[in-house]
Amino acid sequence: MHSNSYIIRFVLILTTVVALLLSVIYFALKDKAAVNEAIFNKRGIIAAVNDYLPAPVSEMSDEDVAQLFETDIEQKVLDMSGNLVDSLMAEDVDLAQERKKPESERLLPLYVYTAEGQKYYIMSVRGNGLWDAIWGAVAVKSDFSTVVGASFDHAQETPGLGAEIKDNPTFSERFKNKQIVNDGDYTSVQVVKGSVKNPSFQVDGISGATVTCNGVSEMLDRGIGYYLPYFNKIRS
Amino acid sequence: MADVLETKVAEPKEPVLAFGKKEKKLLTDPLSENNPITVQVLGICSALAVTSLVLPSFVISIAVIFVCAFSNLFTSLLRHYIPNQVRMIVQLVIIATLVSVVDYVLKAFSYEVWKQLSVFIGLIVTNCIIMGRLEAFALANKPWKSFLDGVGNGLGYGLILIGVAVIRELFGKGTLFAGSPIEMSIIGPSASYWINTAAESGIGTWFSWYANNNLFVLPPAAMFIIAIFIWIHRTWRPHLVDVS
Repeated sequence: MHSNSYIIRFVLILTTVVALLLSVIYFALKDKAAVNEAIFNKRGIIAAVNDYLPAPVSEMSDEDVAQLFETDIEQKVLDMSGNLVDSLMAEDVDLAQERKKPESERLLPLYVYTAEGQKYYIMSVRGNGLWDAIWGAVAVKSDFSTVVGASFDHAQETPGLGAEIKDNPTFSERFKNKQIVNDGDYTSVQVVKGSVKNPSFQVDGISGATVTCNGVSEMLDRGIGYYLPYFNKIRS
Repeated sequence: MADVLETKVAEPKEPVLAFGKKEKKLLTDPLSENNPITVQVLGICSALAVTSLVLPSFVISIAVIFVCAFSNLFTSLLRHYIPNQVRMIVQLVIIATLVSVVDYVLKAFSYEVWKQLSVFIGLIVTNCIIMGRLEAFALANKPWKSFLDGVGNGLGYGLILIGVAVIRELFGKGTLFAGSPIEMSIIGPSASYWINTAAESGIGTWFSWYANNNLFVLPPAAMFIIAIFIWIHRTWRPHLVDVS
């Protein structure tokens, strides 16, 4: 049996050593992790314009991604009535935080990618899946209606079912060439179960992942809707 | 005369890092005779959760080998100083520290894998195998042996984990090592798979009835598979039936 004072001394020394060690490692690796995270998020955004990139996202190195953001991508921040907020960069806007604000005070990140004289507008959307948050990026052409691509990610959807929105590359392929506007009316793109009746505005869902797919529909409908005031302003 | 002298000289101390029969047994025993999952039935929770794909199972196995080996080593080094009344908390501090190190390193060097595993890395802390080995082995043995015991148990755990994951990924998704550079597409309804079940001709036509089984993707499948592993293992080694 050890005395109480020995135990206290032992535990104090142990925790001090451990705390010091962990803080050193944490701070030594913190910057590297932050860089990784930023690049990871950027890859998710430009995956929406994958077809128009110099090379597919999966083949681009981290430096290529950073370079592309420097040269070909313009970052804008919008408020809910479609006005530009000049003081901010789109990458500074965290949609997870924005969702906690009242709807009218939220900020929206918008990335404008220019390739071969064409402009592509990449919107960020965020919603709820079955278990936790889902989010994605959707890109439209400068007609503000034709979807050129989408990419999705999730916090913890079921692998093989809900997680297929990210893991199955054919899911985001299905969004290409869909329209979000029909004769001036906003339609968004719906993920439907079973048969697609209206191929311009609907995509086929994932069997076994109904709740996640409904979450994607809701997220797109609401999330893309937020950008409409800005698009209407540019158009007129 | 010479014989007597020699035995006297050779007798006293074995080297600290000896690797003889006993040490080898420490590494190989947990692979079968004392496997942490199929014989000791420890660490089942994480074996159910992470095994839907091979890649995360592989990374978790490496992480568990690392944590198990070094927590055994450090606990063994401190075994004469750890006050018995608080030994479990001390063990937890050591394990949690090592797990945090794994977490930071993965986040810095392999962000995508870290993202995929997220919560499971932290859950290594609660992996019963690690604490079990500290209690059962490291507190009573020398550092080098404890280290080997940790590596062995980590390997035994990883072996089962990867076995389960291969079955689950193959039948659940038709792929192996998805998400890694050596991703293999084995069976599925398009030309990118080795066995194309939608093909008009070739070997794929024999498998036109095949569809991925979503049950294998869900955690309950791991329970059946582990149970079947235990069944097979005990049929092969009947003396293990009454061990646990």
